[in-house]
Amino acid sequence: MPSTTAFLLLSALIFTVGLVGVTVRRNMITVLMSLELMLNAVNINLVAFSQRFSSLEGHVFPVFIICIAAGEAAVGLAIIIQLYRLKSTVNVDEVTELNG
Amino acid sequence: MTESFVPVLILILFGIALGAGMLIVNWYVGTHRRNPSKLAPYEGGVPLLDTNRKRINVRFYQIAMLFIIFDIEAAFIYPWAVIYRDATMTSSGIALFALGEMFVFVTLLAVGYIYVWKKKAFDWN
Amino acid sequence: MTWADLLFLLPEIVLSIGGCLLLLAPVIGGRNNGVAAKWSMLLLLVATAAAIYVAAGAGIPSLALGTLFVADPFAVFFKLLFVVVIAMITLLSAEFLEDGRYSAWEYYSLMAFALCGMMFMASGTHLISIYVGLELLSLASYILAGYYKNETRSTEAAMKYFVLGATSSGILLYGMSLIYGACGSLHLEAISQAVATMAGNQALIIGVMLLGAGLCFKVAAVPFHVWTPDVYTGAPTPVTAFLSTASKVAAFAIFARIFYMGLHSLEPDWNSIIATVAALSMIVGNLAAVTQTNVKRMLAYSSIAHAGYALLGVLAMSEIGLQGVLIYMLVYAFANIGTWAMVMLLRRREYAGENVDDFDGLHKSAPLYAFAMVVFLLSLGGIPPTAGFIGKYYLFAAAISAGYAWLAVIAVLMSAVSMFYYFRLVVAMYLKDGAAADVIPSRQVRFIVIVCLIATLTLGILPERMIRGAARSIAPIVNLASR
Repeated sequence: MPSTTAFLLLSALIFTVGLVGVTVRRNMITVLMSLELMLNAVNINLVAFSQRFSSLEGHVFPVFIICIAAGEAAVGLAIIIQLYRLKSTVNVDEVTELNG
Repeated sequence: MTESFVPVLILILFGIALGAGMLIVNWYVGTHRRNPSKLAPYEGGVPLLDTNRKRINVRFYQIAMLFIIFDIEAAFIYPWAVIYRDATMTSSGIALFALGEMFVFVTLLAVGYIYVWKKKAFDWN
Repeated sequence: MTWADLLFLLPEIVLSIGGCLLLLAPVIGGRNNGVAAKWSMLLLLVATAAAIYVAAGAGIPSLALGTLFVADPFAVFFKLLFVVVIAMITLLSAEFLEDGRYSAWEYYSLMAFALCGMMFMASGTHLISIYVGLELLSLASYILAGYYKNETRSTEAAMKYFVLGATSSGILLYGMSLIYGACGSLHLEAISQAVATMAGNQALIIGVMLLGAGLCFKVAAVPFHVWTPDVYTGAPTPVTAFLSTASKVAAFAIFARIFYMGLHSLEPDWNSIIATVAALSMIVGNLAAVTQTNVKRMLAYSSIAHAGYALLGVLAMSEIGLQGVLIYMLVYAFANIGTWAMVMLLRRREYAGENVDDFDGLHKSAPLYAFAMVVFLLSLGGIPPTAGFIGKYYLFAAAISAGYAWLAVIAVLMSAVSMFYYFRLVVAMYLKDGAAADVIPSRQVRFIVIVCLIATLTLGILPERMIRGAARSIAPIVNLASR
């Protein structure tokens, strides 16, 4: 069983990959995947801490996060589909109707 | 303990060396005569009808979206089942309450399902 | 969790059932009837308000779902405010839903779920319940922002809001997970006990910073504000009113609850960061608003500045500060919805009627509404005798008594700047001639303008009840903080 620190490092790494992905990638689908990475990094953190404290809270929270992440993915996909119907692109940079 | 895996390691290395060696020898010794049918992905099969990098119909996304949402709900049912089993052994009051809660949960799912169904999101045409 | 606990959850239960019924109504009834949907929604809101009273009177300690949920006076204050705000937005939305191009039932159903989420945010005493409430609100908001689904601008607004909102949720959650790691619990009271014994724990500090960053995004404070102008401009105007009031007020409810209830003994570590964020929000928001010619963008920047003012109350960590937050949220809600209702009143097509020069000469064609607009702008600027003055008075006093005189100076200076761009609208209405945009003949929007006008003036001239109400509402949280 690796130590809690190992899990925290792993989760920090995944979270960073997700955050960088969201900021750097221009394809909406990739952005959506990066968002999921961030949420799953949080899950690793919570479960690792939960194991360490032997408290259940950290196990219950990920169940909610997983469920909400699914809802978020669904809403995100719906928005992407709508965007594609209107603009025929899923590239964030090509959607600049609003100045800013 | 670790030493007992040395033969396995040797076998793996031997396997890699053998495979790579045969390919390399083949590349240098054999002759290269390229023609279109030889370069096709399935040399011995039927010719490809179409490219494999096509856009996927948006309906697949729609179905995937709906699948994810209903699929994930199972994550709540597992912990509930464990608690419900324990509750039935100790107190029937809590068990009844837990059963009621699950009915509420399933009803809420059913509301979503009916909405999606009546909105014809499952219809393929 | 027992059957008796359910009484405290009554408002949320009523709303969830109502939301589901609103969702099922079109697929069973089969017609897109905007008028029926509006009245159903208003009925649901009345039932919810009644349920809030029942739940509030049901006794102490009013905990439900274990200890994840509390129906204390603080929560009741916000819940009633939410219901009033959503009722006003229901009436504002009615007009664009009644012409039948957009489905009304789903719109109100999403509003009901968003309201349910906001109520969970106001009542949550545990990071799980707060997060679930926040996401319920956010997911509904993303869809609402893109409700003009055939307009590219609206869909683009939804996309930007979604990407940045979901990212901020991730950051917020990562902060929560680190706080859990440092404190061993996700319950706010347990966190507050753990925090008191661990000064300078790095995981805790990083966790609080990430949590704070996520919350700052939700209230649209600088430097997490970039989404605000685009989303506010692109979203349908009633939805913008919803995002800039209801959603912001709910975010401040959890901001106050988390920091006053869970992290009050942490003070020295985080308050300089919050002070910087507040100062930046006031400066950037107001200065950027000066150059805008689009009223929606101008009000978006102004709402960033208002988040900065309200942060002063969170920062002060005192009774008067929290009281200031509550009062400010109340007066801001009325003045802000009034302003957005005026923008809607001048609408010509889907989006038009939102430029400053659309207000030209309004006082000739509609003197009452021009006057109402002046009152709302004065209230947003914090000029007596409007309600905004009382709110700003409390916040600035709290900042000074907590030793942030420099912030109070910035706040006053920036309020003066805000009067400059608010008065551009006044000048347009009273001094310029020209073709004012048509005032649309919608009774509902006019009604909301009048309601907001009366509320803004009454709360400004007779503020005692509001002040006493706010004082009563903060009692449970302040007692906790001083323990």
